[in-house]
Amino acid sequence: MNIIISNSSGQPIYEQIIAQIKALIISGQLEEGYQLPSMRLLAKELRISVITTKRAFEELEREGFIVAITGKGSFVAGKNVEFIKEQQLKEIEEHMQEIIQKANTCGLQLDELIEMLSIIYKGE
Amino acid sequence: MEYALKLENVSKSYKDFTLDNINISLPYGSIMGFVGENGSGKTTTIKLILDLIKRDSGIITILGQDNVDNKNIKQLKEHIGVVMDESCFPEMLTLMEVNKVLKNIYKTWDERKFGTLAKQFSLHKNKKIKDYSKGMKMKLSIAIALAHDAKILILDEATSGLDPLVRDEILDVFRDFIQNDRHSIFMTSHIISDLEKICDYITLIHNGKIILNKSTDELIDNYGILKCSEADFKTITPTAVKGFRKNAFGVEALVIKKEIKGDFVVDKASIENIMVYSIKEARCNESTNH
Repeated sequence: MNIIISNSSGQPIYEQIIAQIKALIISGQLEEGYQLPSMRLLAKELRISVITTKRAFEELEREGFIVAITGKGSFVAGKNVEFIKEQQLKEIEEHMQEIIQKANTCGLQLDELIEMLSIIYKGE
Repeated sequence: MEYALKLENVSKSYKDFTLDNINISLPYGSIMGFVGENGSGKTTTIKLILDLIKRDSGIITILGQDNVDNKNIKQLKEHIGVVMDESCFPEMLTLMEVNKVLKNIYKTWDERKFGTLAKQFSLHKNKKIKDYSKGMKMKLSIAIALAHDAKILILDEATSGLDPLVRDEILDVFRDFIQNDRHSIFMTSHIISDLEKICDYITLIHNGKIILNKSTDELIDNYGILKCSEADFKTITPTAVKGFRKNAFGVEALVIKKEIKGDFVVDKASIENIMVYSIKEARCNESTNH
């Protein structure tokens, strides 16, 4: 399990952890029942505060990605991966709707939009 | 929440200095950095915690027990590891001799653990302590603090005067110590970058008063350094500004990020920025009040 923290990124560290663990779960690299490292170990290894890792784990638990079992640790939840993907697709669709609305107000055509998207996508 | 160390309304007056109503709460399993200028009251506070001086008023509890009025005080002290910035062991002794002495002082002395730590820190067994370098003396003090079943470490400038590699090594030892969620650390340091790396909470003391007390994350998330022209600076809500400095070409200010509306350059603030600006602001307020 790899987690890479960037200090120069504007994104708060706990959000970086959440995003990366989520990605590992959705892509299937972390399977249901996989035991995550303890909050303290993660904090020690990443050299960040326990408060930060605790916040990330709490958020992941709230969203149903992991389950915490007192005295044992945190495990990847048996949540339906398809369902998570669907939710994300829905979010992407919503964002796209917004993009189209903005494109309409400034008269941007579909092919121009697609071109923009592919440039940005490849650029990353 | 349960606290490993709690100071409630603690005061101590001297002729020319007053420690005024200090409140500190350190939750179990966390590290608190205690920062402030020279003479702001850090060491006085630590001396009060360790009962080296008598408090005038207030309550101090360590690991849930009163630090003075307590018949189990000897037992409690077994669980407090202390490191001061000066080594206080007889200089003519060797590591092995120190071990022998402490074995008879601490009931919980763990000879094997001390040996392991000494090895880990590459401390010479047969060299006299007077021949140790400053870094080695500090490592010795830390090894001793950890070898008697300490549950809380009280560190006064434990990493000052050491090179970056040794400091990094020592910070790792502290991170290991905190892997047990009943262990806690209260430390002062002038090397704020070390504290920023390791502390869960930062408490700032100025002129005998606590002026800031927050989690490190909260400070980093909420504070920013604003850079703008003097004219723009006047348009900013005064409550958003926590300290500022003018130069010939503009203004730099410590601000609460979310209270800054509009298109301004706001950089990330380090704990050191936050400390320096907050103290300057406090000094400024003092001089206008007098």
